[in-house]
Amino acid sequence: MKELLKLCLLLPAVALLTSCGGDGNPNKATQGAFNTNDAAAAVYVAPGEYDEYYEFFSGGFSGQVSVVGLPSGRLFRRIPVFSVDPEKGYGFDEESKAMLNTTHGFIPWDDAHHPKLSQTNGEIDGRWLFINGNNTPRIARIDLTTFETAEIIEIPNSAGNHSSPYLTMNTEYVVAGTRFSIPIPQKDVPIETYKENFQGMLSFISVAPEDGDMDIAFQILVPGFDYDLASSGKGPSHGWTFFTTYNTEKGRTMKEATASQNDKDFIAAINWKKAEEYIAAGNFEEWDSEYTNNIVDEGSHIASSETKHKVKVLNSSNCPGMIYFLPTPKSPHGVDVNPTGEYIVGCGKLSADLTVHSFSKMMAAIEAESYETIIDGIPVLKYEEVVTGVVKSGGLGPLHTEFDGDGNAYTSFFISSEVVKWNVGTWEVIDRVPSYYSIGHLSIPGGGSMKPSRKYLISMNKITKDRYLPTGPELAHSAQLYDITGDKMRLLLDFPTDGEPHYAQGCLAELIKPNSKKFYKLDENTHPYAVMSEEDVRVERDGKNVHVYMSSIRSHFAPDNIEGVKVGDRVYWHVTNLEQDWDTPHGFAMMGARNAETLIMPGLTKTLVWEPKVEGVFPFYCTDFCSALHQEMQGYVRVSAAGSDVPLKWSLGED
Amino acid sequence: MKSVTIPMLFLLLTLLAACGGGGDETPQNNAEPMEIYTPKAKANPLGIGPVTEEVTLGEVDPTLVAEGEAVFTQMCTACHKLDKRHVGPALAGVLERRNAAWVMNMILNPEVMVKEDPIAKALFAEYLSPMANQNLTEDQARAVVEYIRQYIPEEKL
Repeated sequence: MKELLKLCLLLPAVALLTSCGGDGNPNKATQGAFNTNDAAAAVYVAPGEYDEYYEFFSGGFSGQVSVVGLPSGRLFRRIPVFSVDPEKGYGFDEESKAMLNTTHGFIPWDDAHHPKLSQTNGEIDGRWLFINGNNTPRIARIDLTTFETAEIIEIPNSAGNHSSPYLTMNTEYVVAGTRFSIPIPQKDVPIETYKENFQGMLSFISVAPEDGDMDIAFQILVPGFDYDLASSGKGPSHGWTFFTTYNTEKGRTMKEATASQNDKDFIAAINWKKAEEYIAAGNFEEWDSEYTNNIVDEGSHIASSETKHKVKVLNSSNCPGMIYFLPTPKSPHGVDVNPTGEYIVGCGKLSADLTVHSFSKMMAAIEAESYETIIDGIPVLKYEEVVTGVVKSGGLGPLHTEFDGDGNAYTSFFISSEVVKWNVGTWEVIDRVPSYYSIGHLSIPGGGSMKPSRKYLISMNKITKDRYLPTGPELAHSAQLYDITGDKMRLLLDFPTDGEPHYAQGCLAELIKPNSKKFYKLDENTHPYAVMSEEDVRVERDGKNVHVYMSSIRSHFAPDNIEGVKVGDRVYWHVTNLEQDWDTPHGFAMMGARNAETLIMPGLTKTLVWEPKVEGVFPFYCTDFCSALHQEMQGYVRVSAAGSDVPLKWSLGED
Repeated sequence: MKSVTIPMLFLLLTLLAACGGGGDETPQNNAEPMEIYTPKAKANPLGIGPVTEEVTLGEVDPTLVAEGEAVFTQMCTACHKLDKRHVGPALAGVLERRNAAWVMNMILNPEVMVKEDPIAKALFAEYLSPMANQNLTEDQARAVVEYIRQYIPEEKL
């Protein structure tokens, strides 16, 4: 019996030891951090314990970002960015609507592609997450203290905003490029005049170091190719940004054939420090270009839109030294600079091989002015003078490359559906694992920075088929998590993702978790319709507009009986959540409101508009279960005929 | 045999404690097994929370009363009236029923109080709506106590 007791005590002790995990320096591991072959144990995060990493997945055509923990693969939150989200009232309540304004009007959706975390000195700093809207060109900035979209800026003179928002090593700029060339500035021309009239544009958006405020610093007019993806230099190559191009053929129809003719397209190397010099010297044109910049005010939490009118444009053909083309085989898709900043890896997506250019060789070729040709004033360097290695992978369809900081690179192969690990320097393939199925992007936490975290790799796959229980014709996309601490990659976990992730970027949770906001301080709320206590609640009429200054706390609204509203009125429900504690939101829903609920974080004020169409008495209620008396958190509003003389009246707790 | 089991227990407890780290919000699931070995403590008359010593109430301090009234109005009145039961109990005279430290701990640490303090537990069972933690500072809670203690219920005026 006592032996049994001993055993019972020992077992949980052993379990605790293994679950304690978190080895101090994952970069040092070579034999694999997990001594067990049990993949389940490797991804198991015990109830109440935390994941080691945050990983931010883009939602692709959902327009949103999802926040996932690693290694568990658990979804923590979906952050609305470019698409409305009725769950939170984003894009429906009066405070957030302006976030989705553009020069085309209010747009409730976009295709969100590449999440990129802000960096300082080439390392992820946990302050902001940037992501591009691909369709109607925009860049969003998400504040990682609140996990909310704080700013969206529209990119003028752009289309197919895909090579975005790749940022420089101190977040001096996020860049945005045109995957689709267009007439710039826009004009009505026959499509068949593509070669004469269509161009690309590469935009550099400055980020204010203190508050992240974005502005378009300058734009660079470039030949009418398709600028696909980007990566900025670091260390020795800091000051340069690299864009892949395809369709150097300038095809405009049946592009899958016309844009695949040339044996080599280019990686465009942009010397943005040189561009800054041209701007400083006044060697730019100022264009009239309208674009919208939406930003959330910190105190009131109200988003407002500003239409801006001017951009500075540099023409690549008359700015010598600012751009060079590096010939790169077979319609390169991903371009990725390794953590030391020396190697620029291009993935020719119609090829089996990877092309690795050397930054120092590129600089030597530029110094020697050794050009193959010049296109529209842009020197094309000689392939053999810049290439330093070719990875003979044996795979097909390379797309993207990530690095582990220990001299290894990992490339996704879409067509052969695998991850290939290779050595940076010898260019030899070390290992390969299948993905399920047809991997697009891949991610190592810290990827893209100078300090990747060598522990996990995630593959984000385009095809799911039989991986999960079927859900009709439409399936969740799939992701796989691999252990990359050892010589061999090891599949640990398979999990569905939200929307279609085009890249994900992660970092150690400790970079973000300590700064995560718990609630908003009521006395810092500067919303013009806020109430600071129930003493302030009231209803005011201003013509046909009725403003309800309301408060919420567990578990009642004040006031909760309102009379004197009339058919044809426009009622603004301004609800201030008086709670001052973590995880105490209240929801507000109004019967017949033709928008959504709004969800009010503690200390904030949110406004929902309701236009009653018929007489009667209608309920409103709290939608986010808040206490044992949540069901009682409800009130009534009486709606009288348009011409009635029922006086405006409000109360709480009066019998 | 006993002498073997006790060091093991000690080892287990050490492991439990060592695992805890991870910041203030780490939930306490790991700690749960410890309750098996912890004898039920006697209720502390001061309640459970940051206020661990008796609070001496001297002369009424009018400055503190004014500060307490402002905090009370903003943070407490949605649920508490002084003269009548609202969401929570009427608070006039509460300092005749409870000591100041207990009241402050109820303000500052309500989640734990309603789970572990026998009086707070009984109140929660009666009122059902949880006492909201409005994240007052200890000084603000002390000011609220000063405001409530000097308040004379209407029927006594």
